[in-house]
Amino acid sequence: MLQAILPLLGMPLPGAGAGVDDRAAGESVLPPAGLPLLRWQWHEVEAPYLVALWILVASLAKIVFHLSRKVTSVVPESCLLILLGLVLGGIVLAVAKKAEYQLEPGTFFLFLLPPIVLDSGYFMPSRLFFDNLGAILTYAVVGTLWNSFTTGAALWGLQQAGLMAPTVQAGLLDFLLFGSLISAVDPVAVLAVFEEVHVNETLFIIVFGESLLNDAVTVVLYKVYNSFVEMGSVNVQAIDYVKGVASLFVVSLGGAAVGLVFAFLLALTTRFTKRVRIIEPLLVFLLAYAAYLTAEMASLSAILAVTMCGVGCKKYVEANISHKSRTAVKYTMKTLASCAETVIFMLLGISAVDSSKWAWDTGLVLGTLFFILLFRALGVVLQTWALNQFRLVPLDKIDQVVMSYGGLRGAVAFALVILLDKTKVPAKDYFVATTIVVVFFTVIVQGLTIKPLVKWLKVKRSDHHKPTLNQELHEHTFDHILAAVEDVVGHHGYHYWRDRWEQFDKKYLSQLLMRRSAYRIRDQIWDVYYKLNIRDAISFVDQGGHVLSSAGLTLPSMPNRNSAAETSVTNLLRESGSGACLDLQVIDTVRSGKDREDAIMHHLLSGGLYKPRRRYKASCSRHFISEDAQARQDKEVFQQNMKRRLESFKSTKHNVCLSKSKLRLRKAGRKKDGSADKETPNGKPHRASNLPDTAAVILAVESEEESDSSETEKEDDEGIVFVARATNEVFQEHKVPGHGSMEVCPSPRIIPPSPTCAEKELPWKSGQGDLAVYVSSETTKIVPVDMQTGWNQSISSLESLASPPCAQAALRAAHPLTCAPPRGDELRDPLAALVTPSPEPHTGFTFTPSLAKAGRSRSESSADIPEQQELQPLMAPEDRGCLSPGTANARWLIQFNRAGRL
Amino acid sequence: MGSRASTLLRDEELEEIKKETGFSHSQITRLYSRFTSLDKGENGTLRKIDNHLPWWQMFTCWISREDFQRIPELAINPLGDRIINAFFPEGEDQVNFRGFMRTLAHFRPIEDNEKSKDVNGPEPLNSRSNKLHFAFRLYDLDKDDKISRDELLQVLRMMVGVNISDEQLGSIADRTIQEADQDGDSAISFTEFVKVLEKVDVEQKMSIRFLH
Repeated sequence: MLQAILPLLGMPLPGAGAGVDDRAAGESVLPPAGLPLLRWQWHEVEAPYLVALWILVASLAKIVFHLSRKVTSVVPESCLLILLGLVLGGIVLAVAKKAEYQLEPGTFFLFLLPPIVLDSGYFMPSRLFFDNLGAILTYAVVGTLWNSFTTGAALWGLQQAGLMAPTVQAGLLDFLLFGSLISAVDPVAVLAVFEEVHVNETLFIIVFGESLLNDAVTVVLYKVYNSFVEMGSVNVQAIDYVKGVASLFVVSLGGAAVGLVFAFLLALTTRFTKRVRIIEPLLVFLLAYAAYLTAEMASLSAILAVTMCGVGCKKYVEANISHKSRTAVKYTMKTLASCAETVIFMLLGISAVDSSKWAWDTGLVLGTLFFILLFRALGVVLQTWALNQFRLVPLDKIDQVVMSYGGLRGAVAFALVILLDKTKVPAKDYFVATTIVVVFFTVIVQGLTIKPLVKWLKVKRSDHHKPTLNQELHEHTFDHILAAVEDVVGHHGYHYWRDRWEQFDKKYLSQLLMRRSAYRIRDQIWDVYYKLNIRDAISFVDQGGHVLSSAGLTLPSMPNRNSAAETSVTNLLRESGSGACLDLQVIDTVRSGKDREDAIMHHLLSGGLYKPRRRYKASCSRHFISEDAQARQDKEVFQQNMKRRLESFKSTKHNVCLSKSKLRLRKAGRKKDGSADKETPNGKPHRASNLPDTAAVILAVESEEESDSSETEKEDDEGIVFVARATNEVFQEHKVPGHGSMEVCPSPRIIPPSPTCAEKELPWKSGQGDLAVYVSSETTKIVPVDMQTGWNQSISSLESLASPPCAQAALRAAHPLTCAPPRGDELRDPLAALVTPSPEPHTGFTFTPSLAKAGRSRSESSADIPEQQELQPLMAPEDRGCLSPGTANARWLIQFNRAGRL
Repeated sequence: MGSRASTLLRDEELEEIKKETGFSHSQITRLYSRFTSLDKGENGTLRKIDNHLPWWQMFTCWISREDFQRIPELAINPLGDRIINAFFPEGEDQVNFRGFMRTLAHFRPIEDNEKSKDVNGPEPLNSRSNKLHFAFRLYDLDKDDKISRDELLQVLRMMVGVNISDEQLGSIADRTIQEADQDGDSAISFTEFVKVLEKVDVEQKMSIRFLH
């Protein structure tokens, strides 16, 4: 396949290439007449060039198919690819007058198959897989044996009955050989079709697991029969049969063992890649491929080896490698697998047009088709009946129909049949033709009809829902309960052994294979929590990258703030404010008109300055902003989710005091301060030690840095923790200006003007759309993790200065404006109350949602705005209307201007 | 063992248990022998208890918490103690075979013929909601039909490793409650509990196969 040229694509190239080749050949004879200006070296690049072109064609074809959603929703991609292959093959045949580009078994087994199997093994839902291992193994081993024997024998019977042309010269052994290769369900085909069908997970894992694990059986049967055929049936002795049976165990267990050994090595290696993160993805692929090749070398089941390698290593590898490597592994694996799959199907189509290999016999073809369908169905029914005696959840009839019908044959069968030796198997051509027909029939006809069938039978579909913490937690509880009940009953069933294995894994394997830091935070519940948060954080960052980077600008000023131990309230004010915002200067400078100009300049500058920092993030967010309605919808969903979540944060932290009386309110406020204070000593050293990493992770730009003390993963956690606790800080921050304005701070009024003036400009200027803005306020919340030390210091000193917020309630009453919707009212109130002492800040609160819209500019504009922004998401959930940005913005602007006039 | 068990187990009682729990005859006998073998406490196997009980229950087998705790695997189960507690009726520290079976019946898989069976009759012990309720009770220590943050935190602490700080646990608990909480009371009620698990195949995940 690699050698020859694809005329269609190669057309422009070979034309040029051929001419140049001649010239090059001529030149080689003569001494070169001077330095050639240009030299064509087609032959030197031919092979890799063609491979690249092939993959390109396949990918382009994929793109074209997916241009129309209608087509791909009805016709599986694999069908389209096979058809495309047929067309391309036809063109090749017409142009070159001979069939080129076959699916070469060598290429297929060494290069195309491994990525697909690795991908499926690595991303195999292992829990589900092991839960159903019994069924999978039964179908894979017993089912495949049954299929191959019965199909082979029935075909032989058909021939004996004289229903085949006499030219089909084949004995029983030949038919059994053919039966062995045609009976195995093909992982590539199954995956391609079932991934689009979305049947329920159990059904999927059974069919798919079977297709992966039956490889061992297929390989053994194929090899055994092949050698029998080559030896000649008369020379086969009893001992050979025994050997054949023994080799089944050797090949399968050996393959699995090779896979597990490499999985172990892989896990162990990734444990030590802390300083060379960049090669982590490579290691995964190299060792998995090594497992495949090793098994292939020892003529063990290579598919089984690489599957086991993927299944076995995943847990440890995922824990060891960095987050980025994980993404890289995931994408590379998916890319490779889908490339390989595409190429396989296309080549299958192309190979089919090579009529020189064909020898048609209607009896054989129809007989094979009939028998594989019949015996598959029969086998499934029989095995399911037996399995259902033991299964907790029996497989019902509909499942059985889908399983029987989902037994697709594919490229493995084709590659195996091509590998047959024509001199030993005289009927090879007939077998090739039959295999092609069977593969095409199963992939195209069954692939096309399985979706309507599944719909029609109302097969339980899988619902792809995101994992929730509750589910994870409760399912863990279930597991523990079941294990305990099995202990009580004294019956050592599946749960007992799973429990044992988990204990063993926790005690020894994980200790050995996971790096210490990863092991420490290793827990599934925590994992889910972590993933949920990471997902949210990533969307924050993606959508609001600029605010993030602007906050990043404040980092250099960090040390100052930490060292500052002034007692002046103004300073403290500034410090606490600057914790969330880079614009601390504004507070001070706004006093004079010139300073105000400076402030504006500062905003302009910071607007320009942070660009280099955000680099790709910025471009990312641009894309996001300019996206279409689809993206907007996604965003809305996302916002809703966030709101709901944050709302409950608020309800846990704030609500307590809201609905209660004044007294309670004050008390709650105090309590919170107290608790925050208490937390400070605990949290401070911990967090302080991790500061560099925290920054690195949160500003995803630099996350590759790692301090020796801890790992990125862990730091991500820190960031998350902060998010959860943010309310504390928020609360305090808000208290600060409040008190300051009331009792201590001589000039509280200086705070508001600065936002105003900045706001006047910026909301218009930054017509960034509403998308980034909402999120950006979130990001500010995340960022200042590393400023907490500063905060904590200032806050604790403030505690001594500030008195309890006694005037809150009164002020709340004095500001009915504050709360527009009554529902939001009670939730916002305490917050508003805390700030209300100075009337101006509260304007910000009035329009929390709208504030979110304008939040980006605000965050740069003043110190107290970010505080509000931090609050804002807490309050925003109330106002669903905020999603209509225009109105909210306008409202906000008006209000704000009014405040400015004040 | 089996024969001894079956002789100790009166037919009347067996029938009643069968009706109540849905276990088959052989399953009950098997479990009975397990039950008696669990009871190796010093406080005696056969005890005379309540005179109001039918005569066959007067001399019956009771097992105590210590008997359960003697099961080695249960000792390392993070939720072991709570699960043991679930076997005991409120305020008692002994359980007889009847109670034992009643608890175990929660974990009996739902069979096909049971799915469609009479809707009006009493809900079988192994129904989805009973299974869920069993799990729910493990969390809900104070029996107020709500999982509060503290209760959740306790369970979390048992289930996750020591390596996770209290702070982190707290945030997990918070988020878990947020996810489930619908009425805003910062606790998970049983309805909310059922709701969050509605997509989970509880019938399968809370069932074990009892040997026939």
